Amino acid sequence: MAIPRNLNGRAVAAAGETLDWAAVRSQFPIMERKVQGGIQLVYLDNAASSQKPAAVLEAMARYYRTSHANVHRGVHTLSEEATALYEDARQNAGRLINAPSSRECVYVRNTTEGINLVAGSWGRANLGPGDTVVTTTMEHHSNIVPWQILQAERGFDLRYVPVTPEGHLDRDVFGSLMAEEPKLVCFTHVSNVLGTINPVAELTAEAHAAGALVLVDGAQGVPHLPVDVQALGVDFYAYSGHKMCGPTGIGLLWARRELLQAMPPWMGGGEMIREVTLEGSRWNELPYKFEAGTPAIAEAVGLGAAAAYLMGLGMDNVASHSAYLTNYAYNQLVEIEGVHILGPGPEDRMGLVSFHVDEVHPHDLAAILDLDGVAIRAGHHCAQPLHRSLDLIASARASFYLYNTESEIDRLAAGIERARRIF
Amino acid sequence: MDQLYREAIIDHYKHPRHYGCLEAPDYKAHDLNPFCGDELTIELKIDDEEIIRGVAFNGKGCAISLASASMLMEEILHESLDEVKTWTREDILDMLGIEIGPVRMKCALLSLKVLKKGVYGLDQLEDEELD
Repeated sequence: MAIPRNLNGRAVAAAGETLDWAAVRSQFPIMERKVQGGIQLVYLDNAASSQKPAAVLEAMARYYRTSHANVHRGVHTLSEEATALYEDARQNAGRLINAPSSRECVYVRNTTEGINLVAGSWGRANLGPGDTVVTTTMEHHSNIVPWQILQAERGFDLRYVPVTPEGHLDRDVFGSLMAEEPKLVCFTHVSNVLGTINPVAELTAEAHAAGALVLVDGAQGVPHLPVDVQALGVDFYAYSGHKMCGPTGIGLLWARRELLQAMPPWMGGGEMIREVTLEGSRWNELPYKFEAGTPAIAEAVGLGAAAAYLMGLGMDNVASHSAYLTNYAYNQLVEIEGVHILGPGPEDRMGLVSFHVDEVHPHDLAAILDLDGVAIRAGHHCAQPLHRSLDLIASARASFYLYNTESEIDRLAAGIERARRIF
Repeated sequence: MDQLYREAIIDHYKHPRHYGCLEAPDYKAHDLNPFCGDELTIELKIDDEEIIRGVAFNGKGCAISLASASMLMEEILHESLDEVKTWTREDILDMLGIEIGPVRMKCALLSLKVLKKGVYGLDQLEDEELD
């Protein structure tokens, strides 16, 4: 697989162990940002949304400045250019997860919409009384609520795989639920609260052996890990652009072609049809069957640029840098008295450390850190069932990405110490 | 910063006044702040003149929301229900004595929201009434 060049034509640090992470950081304009009257920003809320490199910002601006028109419509120059950019971006977004064909890559707004699309189309057509869907208590609400909504409509069984005290999916329960021959098994690639990397290929093989299809929430996986949907063997894989250097409002749902072909449309409108008569309509080919209406063209261009940017860095390099930062942060925080880290040890986690601090509510901690210029997330991170299972109402979460440094993590640790002294 | 967490706030958070439950309260209300998962219950006992003679609160929350509830309990004890009904968002902010940004406003005002729910007997008080 050829690694595409940075769309911007700009030098990206050469892949390899010598990747210059300071140079990578300098490609993100927002890293210059000062907050709280002149303090250098420390952005550690990447699991919520990442920052954007100049290559992505410029690709989107250039699109609007030079090539904007509606896609797949006109025969004029701009429409052709816009269509080419929009489809090139789909190629890159698919290549990032090694999708066999861009025809199997459906643009969606985000991971949430990708899962809702599967629920609303595949789920509504295939699930009913007597069927079982398995998801997990580790999930983001986006991989629970769509199934609950559909369950109320279609009346199937919805079962949850619990999380062990060490922060892993309970494989025993997973195995026993497979004995119930579920039709669909849904789980996250990387937990947005615990940071746990789930063994996707193993779980998928187990689910397939039980006759189930597998849907993976890739929102926290794609930013940090080399993802190969073919090697993982999954059936549906969804990710968001904005957590992997791309813009908001765009993401990708990949699914195996025969599934997409059999699935009914999800939304009706322009673009998704082949022929409309007053008696009925025929659907467009893949992936357009699932892309009703004028899409988020500039955002798609940005997603493609982000995918190209990451592939230019090399996802193996990105993964080892993220693992290094995660490990460093884990070891810093675990030393602080009164800090309790959620989830597994550093070897089984990626990209983030969630924790709670004795006597300090996460919300207060985040407010105190914010005054130091350190941005973290506090709350339930859209995972209330998981927090309830840990007997917490909320936690604090520091999450890392390409541009973060050891000294920023040191500032996080110092801020936590300061909060401990205030309370 | 230390303005946001002035000593009185920390003191009320660590040593909340009137924390707990009342026996046979005349008014009781509960609400949540879904943003941070805070939850708060307020209970009141009144006498024949509708003067508040007993107060209690309990729940989970950040320093701002719990200090706000604790301070409010002290303020309304021995006040009349009519008086309590006139409390506004500005009164709460004056009571806290700190600058509250838009994100923390819901934390600061949760106590008032629950109190008003209780004294008006409303199941659902529109958020706009406090904004």
